[in-house]
Amino acid sequence: MLWYTGKRLLQVIPVLLGATFLIYFMVFAMPGDPIAALYGDRPPAPGVIEQIREQYHLNDPFIVQYFYYLAGIFQGDFGVTYSGQSVNDVLARTFPVTIRLALLAIFFEMVAGIFVGLVSGLRKGGIFDATGLGVSLVLISLPIFVIGFVAQYFLGIQLGWFSPTVGAGAPLEDLILPALVLASISFAQIVRLTRSSVIETSGLDFVRTAYSKGLTRRRIVPVHILRNSLIPVVTYLGTDFGTLLVGATVTEGIFNVPGVGRTLYQAILRGEGPTVVSFVTIMVLLYLVVNLLVDLLYAVLDPRIRYA
Amino acid sequence: MKIKRYGVAAFALAAAGALVLTGCTTGGAEPTAPAGDPEAIITTNGSEPQNPLIPTNTTETGGGKIVTSLFAGLVSYDAEGAIEFDVAESIESEDSQHWTVTLKEGQTFTDGTPVTADSFVDAWNYGALYSNAQSASYFFDNIEGFSYTEDSELTGLNVVDERTFTVDLVAPEADWPLRLGYTAYFPLPEVAFEDIEAFGQNPVGNGPYMFAAEDAWTHEEKIDLVKNPDYDGVRTPVNGGLTIVFYTSQDTAYADLQAGNLDVLDAVPDSALATFEEEFGDRAVNQPAAIFQGFNMPFYLEHWGDDEEGDLRRAALSMAINRDEITDVIFQGTRQPASDYTSPVIAGWTDSLEGAEVLEYNPEEAQAKWAEAEAIAPYGDTVLDIAYNADGGHQAWVDAVANSIANTLGIEAVGKPYPTFAASLDDRENEKLTGGVRAGWQGDYPSMYNFLAPLYRTGAGSNYEGYSSEEFEKLLDDGAQASSVEDATALWQQAQEVLLTDLPTIPLWYSNVTGASADTVDNVVFGWDSVPLYTEITKG
Repeated sequence: MLWYTGKRLLQVIPVLLGATFLIYFMVFAMPGDPIAALYGDRPPAPGVIEQIREQYHLNDPFIVQYFYYLAGIFQGDFGVTYSGQSVNDVLARTFPVTIRLALLAIFFEMVAGIFVGLVSGLRKGGIFDATGLGVSLVLISLPIFVIGFVAQYFLGIQLGWFSPTVGAGAPLEDLILPALVLASISFAQIVRLTRSSVIETSGLDFVRTAYSKGLTRRRIVPVHILRNSLIPVVTYLGTDFGTLLVGATVTEGIFNVPGVGRTLYQAILRGEGPTVVSFVTIMVLLYLVVNLLVDLLYAVLDPRIRYA
Repeated sequence: MKIKRYGVAAFALAAAGALVLTGCTTGGAEPTAPAGDPEAIITTNGSEPQNPLIPTNTTETGGGKIVTSLFAGLVSYDAEGAIEFDVAESIESEDSQHWTVTLKEGQTFTDGTPVTADSFVDAWNYGALYSNAQSASYFFDNIEGFSYTEDSELTGLNVVDERTFTVDLVAPEADWPLRLGYTAYFPLPEVAFEDIEAFGQNPVGNGPYMFAAEDAWTHEEKIDLVKNPDYDGVRTPVNGGLTIVFYTSQDTAYADLQAGNLDVLDAVPDSALATFEEEFGDRAVNQPAAIFQGFNMPFYLEHWGDDEEGDLRRAALSMAINRDEITDVIFQGTRQPASDYTSPVIAGWTDSLEGAEVLEYNPEEAQAKWAEAEAIAPYGDTVLDIAYNADGGHQAWVDAVANSIANTLGIEAVGKPYPTFAASLDDRENEKLTGGVRAGWQGDYPSMYNFLAPLYRTGAGSNYEGYSSEEFEKLLDDGAQASSVEDATALWQQAQEVLLTDLPTIPLWYSNVTGASADTVDNVVFGWDSVPLYTEITKG
């Protein structure tokens, strides 16, 4: 187990190097001079732009810029944004907010998704099942920004149940509505996955054996059916983490959450190489770690799986 | 020796006159609403400043409204864009070139140090110095000693005594005092020069507001300002402070206003343009702003040179555009068709320039001019494209303008999207455009000169499409050297008549500022620069 984990962690290094290189190259290849664009229709003196370009090494060839950046990373310095803030500070400020949002969303989608999926699967063809499938179909087909704006307008502004935007410091109660929106799409997927998995497991021999042994339904459903049905759902949650981070870009924009997605979006628009690459690198890192955790979770859910 | 005094009165009169002509109605200085709670904090929308809060490095709107609240310059602008003395007691000149500035007594920064002539001279020198790379450095290029290429002191600035300094300009400039309310001209306390980066995070100013506490600027979230008890000038706040919340999308800010989380909004999102006036009634604001929009046909393109053919074709394009219909249908009346090259909020704006009929929709005349140009050289089947940046919400009107041209002139015309502003700027700077390009300008300070010189003078910073006219420049310079503002205005109007024949930019319309306020606040008046006059807002 330890050996397996160590091996997986070592694999992270080449993936990260490759990812930073590719992303840096893509940002570099974006058309236009990002510094000139900062000033819009009102350019400063040419000498000013030239000096700022010099400061960010923007006049050097791509590979030199990339090595400046890498050298910084190895010293724990992710560079400076065009507005003069240290990217480290920006990362430290925004990541906790987005992680909180993502965890809240995962919590909502897991609790609601697995519950609805389980009940639907156990009562296949019933009214609850039909409703659940219908609702999840609607949620899957709606783009997240539509759900976001609709929820903001009706739940936030019209009914006033939630704050329509997230206030300073991103307190947990303000994050509930964006987290629900963020969870909505994956919720639908989880309902469907759990449902089909439960239906499949319910028909398996060991479940029949359990019933014939005289075990109560109360015990069979959580221990025998649910636990064995969860493996595909847990796999899904791992890959879903990436979807959540992407979804956060849209959701954070709508609800004004001072998190990673909003900052990243702004940085892409401004062509801020160091910021974009640092953010995406950390996202990649998180994604790898979460997937490692998911792989390790399999062993907990299914004792037949062993890592050596 | 008689000293002419270029003071507040002349500018105020000129501005007031212009506003009567345009039928623009904004309240006077007298507050009409109840006094309100002097401790109440006003919340409004903003955006994260792009740079640390150093006045000479703040040229964008997000930082601009904060810096203007934190500092007081020699003058400040009232709602109509007329100047009122703020820190200055007088600004005088005999010849519009050599100016003497005297400061009021007893002004201090919030750290207790006095505002002296040195506070201005040092700050301006800092802003102008080449190696400081300040984005507003070019605002000092008319002061003796300025250099665009190396470090040099502004020798035109000389301190006479604690409260007096003199300014020598390289050439006479009749409306120079009009500039002085702009952020670039604010003073700095001595502490700023010890560590300017740190100062930019926690600035010490002399304006109506100050930081509520150390680190009141929460990056990407908000900034908290409170009333500066020591400020004693024309902008003394009637409220207790100002919290500016940063939004990345106008839709979000609008949602907060609807939900009652925001008091004042100074930009209504496109999605709400059709409904916001109905929803907010007399709390909605929709009035002209100092923003001019048009598009340029580059002079380096074949058929569009600076010759008879180019002039005819530009005039034909201009007359082929139905500005009234586009401003009504696409912009829901939040734009006003252009009649000159400035803006209705600028003193000297006019709708009676000679040659202004080229800005009216006239399909027959457009076709006739186009046919005349065809007789000189046939245009062929080249598609006329108009470039715009797709990240700025320009697609709808560019397509409408292209359609209007295509339908009237019977040629093919389309919009050409660039993914970002940076990408379009690249092609403009390298003269690689294949057709027209969107061109906009927002005034830095309320002066006609600011709408003309940076855009149409040979080699000027924003003159990308290579316009050059001796006749125009002569009138521009004559205006700058005129002995009175009235003369200057007349000359600059003539200069615009030259532009109307050459059409380096084909004027389209002026943007309005659209805003709204919640019923928690009163006396919300928008200034000439589309920013509400926060100090006059009452709450509670």
